[in-house]
Amino acid sequence: MSSKLCAVIDYGMGNLHSAHGALQTVAPDTKVVVTSDAEVIRKADHVVLPGVGAIRDCMAEIRRQEIDQVVAEVRKTKPLLGICVGLQAMMERSEENGGVECMGLFPGEVKFFGNDLVENGEKLKVPHMGWNRVEQVAHPLWAGIADNSRFYFVHSYYVQAANVVQVKGRGHYGVDFAAAMGEDNVFAVQFHPEKSHNAGLALLKNFLAWDGQA
Amino acid sequence: MALAKRIIPCLDVDKGRVVKGVNFVGIRDAGDPVEIAKRYNDQGADEITFLDITASHEGRDTTVHMVEAIAEQVFIPLTVGGGIRELDDIRRMLNAGADKVSINSAAVYNPEFVKAASDKFGAQCIVVAIDAKQVGDNHWEIFTHGGRKPTGINAVEWAVKMAEFGAGEILLTSMDRDGVKSGFDLGVTRAIVDSVNIPVIASGGVGNLDHLVDGVKIGHADAVLAASIFHFGEYTVQQAKQHMAAAGIEMRLD
Repeated sequence: MSSKLCAVIDYGMGNLHSAHGALQTVAPDTKVVVTSDAEVIRKADHVVLPGVGAIRDCMAEIRRQEIDQVVAEVRKTKPLLGICVGLQAMMERSEENGGVECMGLFPGEVKFFGNDLVENGEKLKVPHMGWNRVEQVAHPLWAGIADNSRFYFVHSYYVQAANVVQVKGRGHYGVDFAAAMGEDNVFAVQFHPEKSHNAGLALLKNFLAWDGQA
Repeated sequence: MALAKRIIPCLDVDKGRVVKGVNFVGIRDAGDPVEIAKRYNDQGADEITFLDITASHEGRDTTVHMVEAIAEQVFIPLTVGGGIRELDDIRRMLNAGADKVSINSAAVYNPEFVKAASDKFGAQCIVVAIDAKQVGDNHWEIFTHGGRKPTGINAVEWAVKMAEFGAGEILLTSMDRDGVKSGFDLGVTRAIVDSVNIPVIASGGVGNLDHLVDGVKIGHADAVLAASIFHFGEYTVQQAKQHMAAAGIEMRLD
């Protein structure tokens, strides 16, 4: 049996070594490549869409390099994992940078936590940075991971899903937000599984073992 | 509130070895950075900070290789500091696998550098390190050159300014306390934490596990950094987390 191929999409936004290293570590038999080549992405068995930084820059590169077109194909044919801004780019629009249209794989918006975020009278810092709990909604990617496990987050904008059925993980930081979204063969998370120690590595391992059937 | 407070072991690295000084002098060898980082990762550390205190230029390449080696084996956030002066230094460390960089003296000499760095790479990866020393009642100043050179800058005002300039986090070290194990300077910690809307890491002075608790409960720190209590095997990171959780602090224990 030939080994499987996992493509981590590189569209020039930040360092992808961590994502690559973590995926390769959990699946030594899978060939994990960091690439912007549409042909390689089409050939891959699993595709990861990462993202860091500002959404305006991310979406500009996604459009310029026609990553949006490849993602539109991939979402119908093979398991696709969005990470952090990769998730946000899958929503309809974001209010960051004065309002940016995104890819619209999921209905809903990306909103700012705000400068006056309060919980039980305590002012919350923004960005939401650190280890927070995720309440799981049954999905194969949570296999073997205890419900309410903590994952590493770092973000100032959060996903507000329009279709709650697509929320596969619930997070809370002053407000409720979607920590994970999923439908068909697409799964996307706000946290960084590649930086979330054992729970994150388990999720990545589940993803690479996933056939895209929810 | 569900967000956990963080424990961050710190590796002060000189010429490829983890060292730890008292008040920034009097160095003691604690071992190989990659091995130590791996150990802390396994013990449940929430992040790791790697501070390159090597003075020479050649040492920098060693640092890049070490950061690469650590990033390959450690799947928690990694901050790298020491000698970050230009955008290229940041790019080099992020490319090597760092998640954040810590900017210290370069911010003091050229505050605009923090703005440029935050615009270029995003606030989430820009930590501004502040070395503060008490100079009077409720008055702390920024010092550079390992605590030897005063700048006349008020530490609290400086923190506020750095947050405005795009820092995503502040690493606050009390120079009076560093390495002396008498606990954090809770006064300056609290003054800064309560003045900014970004997370603050308290550093300098941890000698026992109650000091960590005080840093969060009295100092209001979002994260606590310690070095020598972990390096020489006095406590494991997991023991420290259990102790903080037992004191009623939200911690990641899974």
